[in-house]
Amino acid sequence: MANFNLNINGKEYTVEVDPSTPILWVLRDHLQLFGTKYGCGIAQCGSCTIHLGGIAMRSCILPVSQVGSQPVTTIEGLSENGDHPLQEAWLAHDVPQCGYCQSGQIMNAAALLSANPKPSDEEIESAMHGNICRCGTYTRIKAAIKTASASK
Amino acid sequence: MSIIKTAVGRRSFLKSTTLTGGGMMLGFSWLASCQSKSEEEIMAMPKEWFEINSYLKIGDNGVVTIYTPNPEFGQNVRTSMPMLIAEELDVDWKRVIVEQAPYHPENFGFQFTGGSRGIMSRWEPLRMAGASARHMLREAAAQLWQVPVDEITTDGGLLHHVATGKTAGYGEFASAAANIPVPEEVKLKDVKDFKIIGKSQKNVDGKAIVKGDPLFGFDYHKEGMLIAMIEHPPAFGMTLKSIDDSAAKAMPGIRDVIAIKSYQDDFEKGGFDANAFPEIVAIVGNSTWEVMQAKKQLRIEWKEIESHTETINGFRGKETKNIPAGLESSADHRAQMQEVAGRHGKIVRKDGDPETAFRHAAKIIERSYSAPFLAHNSMEPLNAFAHVDGDKVHIAAAIQIPSLIIPAIASGLGIPPENIEMEIPRMGGGFGRKAYAHYVVEAALISQRVNAPVKLVYTREDDMTNGIYRPTYHATYRAALDENNNMIAFHVKAGGIPESPLFANRFPAGAIQNYLAEEWSIDSNISIGAFRAPRSNFMAGAEQSFLDEVAEAAGKDPIQFRLDMLKQAQENPVGERNDYDAERYAGVLELVREKSAWGQNQANVHRGVSAYFCHNTYAAHVLDLIMEAGKPVVQNVCCAIDCGIVVNPDAAINMTEGAITDGIGNAFYGELTFKDGVPEKKNFDKYRIIRMAEAPKNIDVHFVQNEINPTGMGEPPFPPIFGAIANAMYKATGERQYHQPFLGSKEVLG
Ligand code: FES
Ligand code: FES
Repeated sequence: MANFNLNINGKEYTVEVDPSTPILWVLRDHLQLFGTKYGCGIAQCGSCTIHLGGIAMRSCILPVSQVGSQPVTTIEGLSENGDHPLQEAWLAHDVPQCGYCQSGQIMNAAALLSANPKPSDEEIESAMHGNICRCGTYTRIKAAIKTASASK
Repeated sequence: MSIIKTAVGRRSFLKSTTLTGGGMMLGFSWLASCQSKSEEEIMAMPKEWFEINSYLKIGDNGVVTIYTPNPEFGQNVRTSMPMLIAEELDVDWKRVIVEQAPYHPENFGFQFTGGSRGIMSRWEPLRMAGASARHMLREAAAQLWQVPVDEITTDGGLLHHVATGKTAGYGEFASAAANIPVPEEVKLKDVKDFKIIGKSQKNVDGKAIVKGDPLFGFDYHKEGMLIAMIEHPPAFGMTLKSIDDSAAKAMPGIRDVIAIKSYQDDFEKGGFDANAFPEIVAIVGNSTWEVMQAKKQLRIEWKEIESHTETINGFRGKETKNIPAGLESSADHRAQMQEVAGRHGKIVRKDGDPETAFRHAAKIIERSYSAPFLAHNSMEPLNAFAHVDGDKVHIAAAIQIPSLIIPAIASGLGIPPENIEMEIPRMGGGFGRKAYAHYVVEAALISQRVNAPVKLVYTREDDMTNGIYRPTYHATYRAALDENNNMIAFHVKAGGIPESPLFANRFPAGAIQNYLAEEWSIDSNISIGAFRAPRSNFMAGAEQSFLDEVAEAAGKDPIQFRLDMLKQAQENPVGERNDYDAERYAGVLELVREKSAWGQNQANVHRGVSAYFCHNTYAAHVLDLIMEAGKPVVQNVCCAIDCGIVVNPDAAINMTEGAITDGIGNAFYGELTFKDGVPEKKNFDKYRIIRMAEAPKNIDVHFVQNEINPTGMGEPPFPPIFGAIANAMYKATGERQYHQPFLGSKEVLG
């Protein structure tokens, strides 16, 4: 067990956990931030995507000890009122079905758009390859990313 | 305008209650209503159908709330149900709030999601409730204003009397309306007068989902709650022998390690109590990561099960199943299926004289198809919260059929069913798996043993390897053509491990003079259950691939070939028990032919067609495939659907897109194999799920316009896509696809 000071969504937290604990479980079990989802635990599905220093990361394989002072953003901190252009585009296209994968999809897409504000279809497909949607909402996810990209 | 009765004899579908604090509360049964049924039919309905299990509340402030007994798993019913109520009540549907009713059998009766019954079963009851409440509000206003009720009109939650210029909100009359007798019959709107139904409305939970709100079962949290995980046998055909828990218990944060027996010896299992691993080990601790780590330190000995039988008292009455001993492997399964498929099966339907027709055939085409076991792989792994506190039980679990798991929980805990309270959070995908809720029983038993609130979570590996899988199937089709290339006989023989997928009375039964359907099955100890469009999910692909091949052999256009058969079924049906409406079936084929511009071929675009009927809905697809460096790329899917009236078109389109994408993914990659009882895939690194780049680039969905009561949407577009992709792949490569998965781990064809 060790103490870690974390900056999450602009707030400071201290948690006492085993250093190997993935940040996913710190968020969910210790901080009750449930927006970041568990889907596979082995970096294969993208449900757990967060931003670490602005870069999309799979939080299920990121030990808390490696976070250091880098700021963490989760879906709860992506925007003030759920009004990030991607969140709005998601609603405009009525993307979700069960909805379980969607916070990870949005976080991954947000990192894509900040690195590449006008991605092509192929660039979207390759950037989103790590995010599974078992309900099969891919056509809408892609359309929503394009809408958000055009709105910027 | 149709008139609908709300009561027959002493049986009533509606009940009015006054609310303390004002407002009206109308209780109704969502299972049934009287429309288009005779009195005898109504009296013959099961008593439970008359149970009041849903409530419509109109508060003094005019807010309308519906308490629904129905769990949600992505079919948008929380949006479509208010639409139905609001349509007849004449309120803005956005002011209608849906609350998930907790499980409470006395108030909410039988709760079920699955089999695409969502909208179908509630179409009439919800409209009846809305229309009745509107009627009572108008009566109340007429009494106070002292004007004839017929002169009172409504819109947007307001009551008007035009002649006197009086206007009031529903809220003002809600308490008075509660004292108006429930009308014995009410008028429902005509389809042409709908203002809300048939117009796309957005998912009411959309905002909460994109903000990451804790909606799901996996997100359930209670102060002081412990985390539990299970360790089940590594192989089907094994059970618990002994545990050495010393290393695991010594790990940080671990509270206990216990053996669990999910079903008491005298418990009579129902149809959804399937579970191959009733004896397992649970490990309980403070946090998920600590439990995950300690789980690896469990030293458990497993032993092989003995052959036994299991009696299941399900929807079809009591059935006895043989559960053989042994550790099964997919290679053996394939050999067994080959062998049994070569013998005679059990004849389920026979029309005419198929033997003679085959003997006299000019040409016989015979082909066999197969598909593997599939895991559901809902995005949200199985989980359940339970708190057994003395003889009180609180459960929170996202499950498809809450009512059916209560007996097992009660029996396991030795606590009466009425002491069990159940919350039903949002479900992160189900696809049939979450109808089999053994994990809720497990959670309850663990909580009772450790005497604390517990959330049981399955890892992805647990979820995939403790499956209630889609069975593996095999079907052999034969068709006889005469010298003029007319199909004169058709023979299907289908089976699987451990059940047959056959629907003997579906198309092409009824469309052909000489028809034979046989089935077989092979026992297994691998647990199986419903998977999106059960059995249809295999039969559609096999049958529609075969018909494509027969049409080609007969030198006919594949759509015209099917239409000709359907014409026969419509004009001159063979046999009496044909399970489909040939006209509606032909309707979706005609619509897809038109919308896809069938016949106008483009260079390098390979098209496949397929159509199927299941869950009361007709669906046809034309799929366009291109090949890029040997890789099949689905460019477009044009889909035609007849599901009656479409309540929420955009939501229905979303569901259809999902079903098509899911189907293509399963056709290309879906497969779970076993080696000595061990599932060979445990997580998404090996179990391939379709990803964005592999999904169709475009999907066009078209609905047949009619005024038939709405039918299911979640499942029907799924089965036929397997045939459409197989037929398009044939066009692209010249090779027919007989065995799923069509790609597996292959990236390129040929
Ligand atoms: S849970 Fe992290 S990628 Fe799947
Ligand atoms: S919406 Fe269900 S997994 Fe993506």
